[in-house]
Amino acid sequence: MAVALIKERYQNKVGEVIIGATAAEGGTRTSVIKVGGDAALPFLHFEGKIENRTVIAMEVTDIPPAWNDIIKSQFGDVLNDPAAWAKRCVEECHADMIYLKLIGASPEGENRSPEECAKVVKDVLAAVGVPLIIVGCEDPEKDNELMAAIAEATAGENLLIGIAEQDNYKSIAAAAMVHKHNVIARSPLDINICKQLNILISEMGLPLNRIVIDPMIGGLGYGIEYAYSIMERARLGALANDKMLSMPMICTVGYEANRAKEANAAEEEFPGWGDLNDRAILWETLTATALLQVGASILLMRNPAAVRLVQQNINDLMENA
Amino acid sequence: MALTGLEIYKQLPKKNCGECGTPTCLAFAMALASGKGALDACPYVTDEARENLDSASAPPIKSIKFGNGSVLGDETVLFRHDKTFYHPTTLLVEISDALSDDDIQAKLDEINGLEFDRVGLHYSIDGVAILETSGDPDRFAKVVAQIAAGTDRSLLLLSENVEALKAALPSVAARKPLIGSATEANYESVVNLAKEHSVPVIIKAEGIEALNTLVESAQKLGYKEFVLDPGTRNPSQTLANLTHLRRLAIKKKYRPFGYPVIAFTSKAEPLAEIAEASVYVSKYASAVVLKASAKAHVLPLMALRQNLYTDPQKPIQVEPILHSVGEVNENSPVYVTTNFSLTYYSVEGEVEASKIPSYILPIDTDGTSVLTAYAAGKYEPEKIADALEKSGVAEKVNHRNLIIPGYVAVISGKLQEVSGWKVIVGPRDSSGIITFTRAM
Repeated sequence: MAVALIKERYQNKVGEVIIGATAAEGGTRTSVIKVGGDAALPFLHFEGKIENRTVIAMEVTDIPPAWNDIIKSQFGDVLNDPAAWAKRCVEECHADMIYLKLIGASPEGENRSPEECAKVVKDVLAAVGVPLIIVGCEDPEKDNELMAAIAEATAGENLLIGIAEQDNYKSIAAAAMVHKHNVIARSPLDINICKQLNILISEMGLPLNRIVIDPMIGGLGYGIEYAYSIMERARLGALANDKMLSMPMICTVGYEANRAKEANAAEEEFPGWGDLNDRAILWETLTATALLQVGASILLMRNPAAVRLVQQNINDLMENA
Repeated sequence: MALTGLEIYKQLPKKNCGECGTPTCLAFAMALASGKGALDACPYVTDEARENLDSASAPPIKSIKFGNGSVLGDETVLFRHDKTFYHPTTLLVEISDALSDDDIQAKLDEINGLEFDRVGLHYSIDGVAILETSGDPDRFAKVVAQIAAGTDRSLLLLSENVEALKAALPSVAARKPLIGSATEANYESVVNLAKEHSVPVIIKAEGIEALNTLVESAQKLGYKEFVLDPGTRNPSQTLANLTHLRRLAIKKKYRPFGYPVIAFTSKAEPLAEIAEASVYVSKYASAVVLKASAKAHVLPLMALRQNLYTDPQKPIQVEPILHSVGEVNENSPVYVTTNFSLTYYSVEGEVEASKIPSYILPIDTDGTSVLTAYAAGKYEPEKIADALEKSGVAEKVNHRNLIIPGYVAVISGKLQEVSGWKVIVGPRDSSGIITFTRAM
């Protein structure tokens, strides 16, 4: 007697977002990235097509970042040159995209002008052929000015830009609409705010397939389970035809995982925790692999060794696609 | 899931003989459904009916207990947000009997050392899987005995050769090890051996269909202490099988799959193996057998396990008493936060990184974060002032400066008034603490 396996039938797929534009499309990318489009829960190929595999965008900053030595030592001097750094990420680490964070614009730091930042963006665009994700410095006022300028300077490139939040979304959504980019919509681990923000953005006229959801994950050991469940609920909602949840999801894995003590403390300080190098790699890796199981479409990562492991994990899980 | 009166009635003889003390079978069924009376009162209920009734009222996934407090199965949902996951994946590290005695001891020592403390929690490895690869039952028995003597953790005896299991099991049966595996070729002898010693046994077959057939055959031997192994050894297929088995057990109450499932990693390289294991811990494996045993490798996996098996409705809390970070003295800064574990440890981590020894007082907010607590009226100035006084921190420092979370800046005036301390508004996120301390 054959076992009647349960294969769910869903009414809807996750929306597909295209990031990047080739010359024919008005941009300068050599390839574009498509995310989303899933017709089932993560990696369950037996019940739905997973159109586009999860991609990894490696983080590059416009000024050298204050990251730990475990990661910095894997890059060396190239951290002083965003374009070279981005190139290294693509050529050596096979990053699918580059996630450029314009921390130099921070009023509490160098307070670089939008023009200076736009120059860095152009340099990075020239250095790599993969699509770009660009965000500001987390200062809402500065970012409104900054990202509007970046969006204009890169019109045609079909970037993914951020961040739109419930209390500050109009400027960036408008910039995305006018200059034809995609937007990261970020909500604080709250599925209702997530939906509300998507409604507000789409009411401004930005099509739903230009929105990527950032659920504001917590890293491994520091709240990852909250994001895990929010993302699972969002994915189930999307498959059940909730249009305001049917967007691909982006996760700040590199940032959150590396905030943890466990990703930074030397073995001498915590002998019970073992070797720091492997521990740090796995702290970022498992933050990513857990979230892959709940629908992460874009992983923003820092540690090249972790990137390699996650790429392997994705390949393994896409085997029966 | 309780049965209705009608469902129970269907299994009864329907003689209406009254010998159970109730005039009709339907009335008896209704009584049983509401928890009154016992099925045994009916002298005519058939074994098959009894079986069906037991089966229908049993939990979707059997609880299998073994070893030193290990519990497998007894799960009720597909998604933790539907309720919670109950029994954290049992993690076992494998040792092959083909290794030398010294290598075995070294590996065992490493496994015994897998005890971790982080964020006020303690994690321990659950047990050791002893793998028979020597082909020699006596060797297997000897190694099992050596390992049993060298650890108090749960044991899994793994061989498909019943002679090896027969040789090794008796001396450790009292420890109630899990044994495996019963396969199509050997299941009668292996399951009977398990039954004889009252230990649970892994039923292993290649794929769902074969597993179904084998479980049904094995059940006919009159034993049900089973753990399932669908035989796959690659991440994609294993994920699919774990999902199929869990879905059928939960959604259809499919009895042949109403047992916990064990997964085995296939990657040889430790970091890749842990990444693979994270998939199984996330998705439905009740037990995972690993090869990796280095602290740096196992700790992240145990953190993930603990995170996902946290009850969503029961936030982890820290004790709402005065904590100190580093070598504090009378000049040390004093921070106040909430007793939600995540909040507290985020603050503690940043304070530690600031390298300025400080006091931290978590206020009892029923384990909620700063914003949630404030919105719920659990983070009021009076309560904080009261906790401050009770904490005795006033005797420990010669200043009266209190750093509060930036998000509740609005209470600073009132708090200053009721506590008598000077209130300093700190950063809105714990990640701002280091910058904040530089500016202090």
